Amino acid sequence: MRKIAIYGKGGIGKSTTTQNTVAGLAEMGKKVMVVGCDPKADSTRLLLGGLAQKTVLDTLREEGEDIDLEDIVKPGYGGTRCVESGGPEPGVGCAGRGIITSITMLEQLGAYNADKQLDYAFYDVLGDVVCGGFAMPIRDGKAQEIYIVVSGEMMAMYAANNICKGIVKYADTGGVRLGGLICNSRKVDNEKEMIQQFAKQLGTQMIHFVPRENMVQRAEINRKTVIDYEPTHPQADEYRTLARNIENNQMFVIPKPLEIEELEKLLIDFGIV
Amino acid sequence: MLLRHTKKEVYERSALTVNPAKTCQPIGAMYAALGIHGCLPHSHGSQGCCSYHRSTLTRHYKEPVMAGTSSFTEGASVFGGQANLLQAIDNIFTIYNPDVIAVHTTCLSETIGDDMNQIIGKAKDEGKVPAGKHVIYANTPSYIGSHVTGFSNMVLGMVRGFSAKSGEKTNKLNIIPGWVEPADMREIKRLVKMMGIDSIMFPDTSGVLDAPQTGHYEFYPKGGCTIPELIASGDSKYTVALGQFCSEDGAKFLENKCGVKYKTLDLPIGIAATDRFISTLSELAGVPVPAAIAEERGQLVDMITDMQQYLYNKKVALWGDPDQLISLCEFLVSLDMKPTCVVSGTPGRTFEHRMDSILASVPGAKYKNGANADMFLMHQWIKNDKVDLLLGNTYGKYIARDEDIPFVRMGFPILDRVGHSYFPTVGYKGAMRILEMILGVLMDYQDKTSSEETFELVM
Repeated sequence: MRKIAIYGKGGIGKSTTTQNTVAGLAEMGKKVMVVGCDPKADSTRLLLGGLAQKTVLDTLREEGEDIDLEDIVKPGYGGTRCVESGGPEPGVGCAGRGIITSITMLEQLGAYNADKQLDYAFYDVLGDVVCGGFAMPIRDGKAQEIYIVVSGEMMAMYAANNICKGIVKYADTGGVRLGGLICNSRKVDNEKEMIQQFAKQLGTQMIHFVPRENMVQRAEINRKTVIDYEPTHPQADEYRTLARNIENNQMFVIPKPLEIEELEKLLIDFGIV
Repeated sequence: MLLRHTKKEVYERSALTVNPAKTCQPIGAMYAALGIHGCLPHSHGSQGCCSYHRSTLTRHYKEPVMAGTSSFTEGASVFGGQANLLQAIDNIFTIYNPDVIAVHTTCLSETIGDDMNQIIGKAKDEGKVPAGKHVIYANTPSYIGSHVTGFSNMVLGMVRGFSAKSGEKTNKLNIIPGWVEPADMREIKRLVKMMGIDSIMFPDTSGVLDAPQTGHYEFYPKGGCTIPELIASGDSKYTVALGQFCSEDGAKFLENKCGVKYKTLDLPIGIAATDRFISTLSELAGVPVPAAIAEERGQLVDMITDMQQYLYNKKVALWGDPDQLISLCEFLVSLDMKPTCVVSGTPGRTFEHRMDSILASVPGAKYKNGANADMFLMHQWIKNDKVDLLLGNTYGKYIARDEDIPFVRMGFPILDRVGHSYFPTVGYKGAMRILEMILGVLMDYQDKTSSEETFELVM
C-alpha cells in the first residue's frame, strides 16, 4: 500500500484535487482510502456526495473509545473508503491533537491492515502545518510520499517551500519523501514554466499541471468529482493523467528548500516578462 | 551513599536538570486557594495533575487537601475542556457546596488554550453558579515559572475575582503574606493586632491547614479569608505585599483595579526584614511600635549575642523559594554566618540582584536560580567547598546523609518532620525559632563529633 499525504497552502485546492485524483485512481481499479485531516471535515464530500460523514472525533466523543471501524469509514465513489478526522469547533480545543488521536485510532482499529487490500491511503491535511499534530501523517510509519499542491501565486509557493522544510525534518527519521508538486493553475503568467523551474530547484518535479476549469466548480456544486459528474469532459482527463502520473511515479526525493531570495528571484524572473 | 553517582566535577549542562528545586504551578495555586474560607480548589486538567498536587500539599501540611478535577480525557484535549468544567462547576456546587471554587489550569488545558474567563462566564450565564457563590481562576501552566508563580497567580486571581471599590475608603491594611506556613500567617496577624492595626489578610491558611482535631471532620474549616473581606480589600488604605515573588503581582493588580497603593517588602524572616516590616506597618498605619514587640526583638538580639561563637563563620547551603531565600540569606549574613551555596528553581532577575547585594560580603558565595538550578548542582558545589549547615526543604536529606552535614528543614515541602505548620519562622519569635533549630543541629553535631577532651557540658 502506498500512503500519500497532500499538503499545500490553505484554499489552494488540496481537497478538490485529492478527491478528483482519487476518483481517477478508483476508476483505474485501485482500492483507495481517503483520510481527511482537517477539522472542517470536507475532504471526502465529493466522494460521498455530501457532508454525510460522521467524523472519527465526533464518534469518539459520543460513543467513547469502544468504536468499530465501520462506524467511521464510509464507502464512497468507486469503492473508495472515506474517513474524516474532524476536530473541535474553531477557536477551542486542540485540532492538532485531534489528528493524532484519530490517526492512532484508525491504526488501532486496523484500517490499514492487509485484509483491507488497500492500494492507496491518502491524507488530506489542513493547509497550515501549525503544530506537531498536523505533521502526524508524515511521522514515522505513516505517509511515505508527499505531494504539494501549489500555484504560481507567491504565497502558495512560499507555503510550498515552507512545507519542504518540514519534509526535510521528517525525512531523516521517518523516511518520508517528496513525490512532486501538483500545479493547480490560477492562470498566473508563465505559471507552468515557473512551477517547473521551482520544482527543479527544489530537486523534485511538477507531476502535473491542472488547468483552471469551471467544470471543477460545477461538479463541486453537485457534490461530485469531475470524473463522476462529467466523465467525458477534458478536465476529467487531466485528473486521470494526474492519477496515472502518481501511479507511475518513481521520483521520490528529500527536497532542498529555497532561500527566500532565490524564491523571490524566481518570481521576478518568471513573473515580469 | 544514596547519591554516590554525584561527582565533584561540575560540567556545563545545557538541558539536563537533576532533582529540580521547584515543582508545578498548580501546587502554589491550590495552596493559595485554601486560604479563602469555604473554598474548594479545582484543577482544570487531567486527573493525575490533581492527585499529585493534592498529595504533595497533604504530605507537607498533614491535613487532607481536597480539590476537584475536570478529569480531562482524550476527547477533552481535542474539543477543549469547556464541557468538563461546566459539568464540574455544576456538580461541585450541588454536592460539595463551597462558597468559592478556585479554578486553576494545568499544562494541558493551557496548551489547548481553554479560556477560563469565557467558560466561567458561560457557567454563570447558564445558572450553574448559585447566587452568593463565586468562581475565580488562575492560569497556571507549569512550563512557566514554578509553584511560587502559581501561588502568585492565584493571589492575583483573588483580587481579580473579588476586590471591589465601594467608594468608601477604610483604614485597613491589606496584608498579602506570601507563601508561608499557616503558623506564619497567624504570627503576622498577631503582630499586626499587637500594633492595633485593622487588617485583611489574603490568602490566610491559618485555621484551614493547621486546624485542630475535634473528632468531627470539617470539609471547610473555619479559617481562611472570607468573601466580604476579599471584596473589601479594594477599599483598604494600603496593601503590604510580603515577598516580591509571591505577592507583588496581586498587590499591583489591586492598585490598578481599585487604586489601593502597595508596598512590597521582603518576607519578615530574620531581624532586619522583620524590622522593616514592623516599621512599615507603623508608618502606614501611623501607630507606634508597642513595647511588647520591642521586647521580643530584644530577646532575639540577646539570643544572637549569647550564641554568636557557635554561628560565626559557619558556611551554609540553602535551597528553596526566592522570597524565603532572600530574607534567610540576609538573616544568616547578619548572624555572621556564610551562605555559600544558594539554589532556587524559580526564575527571576530580582533574585539575582538581591543575591548579588546580600552575598557581596561572603567571599566565594555561589547562587543559581531558574530552570537549570537543581539539587544536583548544589551537591556538587558542597563537595567542592564543604558547608557546616544545610537549610532547606526535605529534598536535602539525601545530601545531609551522604555528606554528614547538620540539616535544618525549612521551606516547602517538608515531608518528613512536623512542627512547621504550628511554629512560625517569621517575626522576631520566628527568628528565635530559626536560631533554636540551627543551634540545635550545630551543637548536636559538635557533641557527636568532638573528642572526649573537648566534649562540653555547658554550651
